[in-house]
Amino acid sequence: MCCGGMNAIGPPAMAAEGSNIVATVLDRRSDPKASPGVEIARHDVEAVNRKVDREFYAKRQPIYPKRAHGKFRIVKWVVMAATLAIYYALPWLRWSRGPDLPDQAVLLDMVNNRFFFLFLEIWPQEFYYVTGLLVLAALALFLATALAGRVWCGYACPQTVWTDLMIAIERFWQGDRNARIRLDNEPWGAVKIVKKGMTHVSWLVVGLLTGGALVFYFRDAPTLARELMSGTAPTIAYLFLGIFAATTYLLGGIAREQVCIYMCPWPRIQGAMTDSHTLLVGYKRERGEPRGSVRKGADGQIDWSNRGDCIDCKACVVVCPTGIDIRDGSQLECIQCALCVDACNDIMERIGRPRELIGYDTVARTDAVGRGQHEPFRPIRARTLLYAGLFGFVATIMLVAWSNRTLLDVNVLPDRVPPYVMLSDGSVRNSYTVKILNKLQERRTFHISVRDLPGAHLSVLGATDAAMAEVAVATDELREVRLFVTLPPRESRALTAAPQNVTLVVTDQSSGRQSARHIVFLIPAPKP
Amino acid sequence: MTDARDIDQVTGAETTGHVWDDDIKELNKPLPRWWLLTFYVCILWAIGYWIAYPAWPTLAGYTKGVLGYSQRDVVAREVAAANQAQGSLREQIAALPLTDILKSPDLARFADAAGRAAFAENCAPCHGRGAQGAPGYPNLRDDDWLWGGKAEDILQTIRFGIRSDHKQARASQMPRYGLDKLLDEKQILDVAEYVLSISGGTMAKEPAARGAIIFKEQCAACHGNDGRGKPEQGAPNLTDQIWLYGSNIDAIVTSIRTGRGGVMPAWEGRLDPVTIKALAIYVHSLGGGQ
Repeated sequence: MCCGGMNAIGPPAMAAEGSNIVATVLDRRSDPKASPGVEIARHDVEAVNRKVDREFYAKRQPIYPKRAHGKFRIVKWVVMAATLAIYYALPWLRWSRGPDLPDQAVLLDMVNNRFFFLFLEIWPQEFYYVTGLLVLAALALFLATALAGRVWCGYACPQTVWTDLMIAIERFWQGDRNARIRLDNEPWGAVKIVKKGMTHVSWLVVGLLTGGALVFYFRDAPTLARELMSGTAPTIAYLFLGIFAATTYLLGGIAREQVCIYMCPWPRIQGAMTDSHTLLVGYKRERGEPRGSVRKGADGQIDWSNRGDCIDCKACVVVCPTGIDIRDGSQLECIQCALCVDACNDIMERIGRPRELIGYDTVARTDAVGRGQHEPFRPIRARTLLYAGLFGFVATIMLVAWSNRTLLDVNVLPDRVPPYVMLSDGSVRNSYTVKILNKLQERRTFHISVRDLPGAHLSVLGATDAAMAEVAVATDELREVRLFVTLPPRESRALTAAPQNVTLVVTDQSSGRQSARHIVFLIPAPKP
Repeated sequence: MTDARDIDQVTGAETTGHVWDDDIKELNKPLPRWWLLTFYVCILWAIGYWIAYPAWPTLAGYTKGVLGYSQRDVVAREVAAANQAQGSLREQIAALPLTDILKSPDLARFADAAGRAAFAENCAPCHGRGAQGAPGYPNLRDDDWLWGGKAEDILQTIRFGIRSDHKQARASQMPRYGLDKLLDEKQILDVAEYVLSISGGTMAKEPAARGAIIFKEQCAACHGNDGRGKPEQGAPNLTDQIWLYGSNIDAIVTSIRTGRGGVMPAWEGRLDPVTIKALAIYVHSLGGGQ
């Protein structure tokens, strides 16, 4: 599929070197004589994903992104290195939590139902903290989109990062754009098989590392690495390793821009977050048009009057990883990676024109230029204030919730069948299941008592001394105990109304911290 | 159907030929390539599945598949694996005396859970889902035990039953004082008045005094001079607040007149020894265990 379907990339052109063997679509260099002293590579191509050229149910046209050099390319390399390093290395970071707990800094321990994030530890019933983080992430994405368009898509989205990595690998084995096009048009031979084969093998290795890194988040990384090597790891680890290896290979290596254009919902949604004051990568039509190749005047200088700065070299088209022409305006297919900015700036410098013919700007500003006016960039406006306000609001809720998080949680379940038990001496007994959650990372002893029920006697099943309602709970554990609350006959007969509202208090013996729960003590209905 | 292809003027694509609501037509577009490929792969997968796994019914049974897969085998393996996983715990419960099991938190928890399940299946019909009992069927949560409330006592009761047909069954007999004409109705009423008085009831004094004399002659042998009962004989304590058949005078008169003799089946032979021990632990831990 990747080697055919060249027909839509512009009119077939002859290779510059005079090769006329294959009807190739090699980018043709402009005739140097047309503009001596200014040798600019002109690419005789059309963007494959131009909206006007695209049909329904068309086969994927292969895109051969040319390597870009410049400021934004460096930013993208740095972001790629940082995000991939975090992703691959984070599971190997250690974090000491004492002898009874795992020492992995980030661990989603499904077996023991605990999530560890550095100094944070979350129990499954506290998953709303993760929900809150996801809400914050979404709001941050809204804010970033309102400010500067699809910066997430262009720089940080895993699909972009891995696609970028896969393209770099492809370039390493097969060369840059023209070499790759030439290779695809060659008949199959030993060299082509080796180059293509090594590319796919490298992609699969990246995929395996990606899947491998994922499973390390769910189990002690050094242990799991040994298990994976010796074939003794849990089946689910191999399964997810396989799934992520396959999807990384498929989405990053093969599908690439198709994921962004056809599969991802975000390009459709993000239009709702941008407005005319959002910074977007765009082509300054007012400055660039009318476009055309450079011609020297009689004085040997290029005459820039009566024409735009765009020399129609299509450097912006050939570097584009999604195969569009940025000069067609804002498009759903554009992931705003800014590589065309780098490509164009490079050209502008070489022809001695100002940079930023393609660059970040707002629609309001370009429109104002068209009217001969000046419009400032407005990062602070109702939309961004709303997103920032929502972010602050949710962040405040999260912080308040977290600072009020208790390290001692108590759940009390009364026995319902029977609601109470009459003892031989006429006492009334209620039974409860008390669950004590010790979220502190050390062993603690708790004392259980009840308030508002004078004369009541407490005992814990299995306790060595029945008179002492004391419970020891190990580090980071939940302990469930049976608690019997017995009310002697004199006291129970004195009560007239059932049920009794009682408070159960669990006290940490070392710190004196208490947790109180409202419970109900049931007695027989008074005899008439 | 006509052979004329209907071409949509806007897109130039062929339509399905059908017209809805006067003017709505559907373009006859090809299925996406990926969809078709997935569909074909699914068909191939299905054929492979028929060969590998049990699939088609035949007149005498069904095709077995070359892998020899059977869900029954899977269940059997899983049950065996579960038993294997519980193996050491079950062995320890089988080997250790109940007092030691109660002292070990892990064993006690395991036995409690096993006993809870066994209780719901076997004991709840008479003793109730929460072991709360019913008239004639003892409440197992309280501290009153006809035959003793130590774990070993409970174990013996469960194993051999009460008045069951097992040789080692616990057995005792409350005579039918009325039916067998051992006491007349007036004497029975007097004894009933006395019994109520010793359990804290405030009854007529004179009949109770007469009943006390009869009680000493007829009842004290089993229930004791003070009426506190004898667990080794299964004779209930008559001085406490717990009445298996009711605490009003009528119920007590009926008990004396017709006798009582509830039956608890022997579970040895019906349940395995480990389950019976687990049941004893569970009942003991309901709150009344001694």
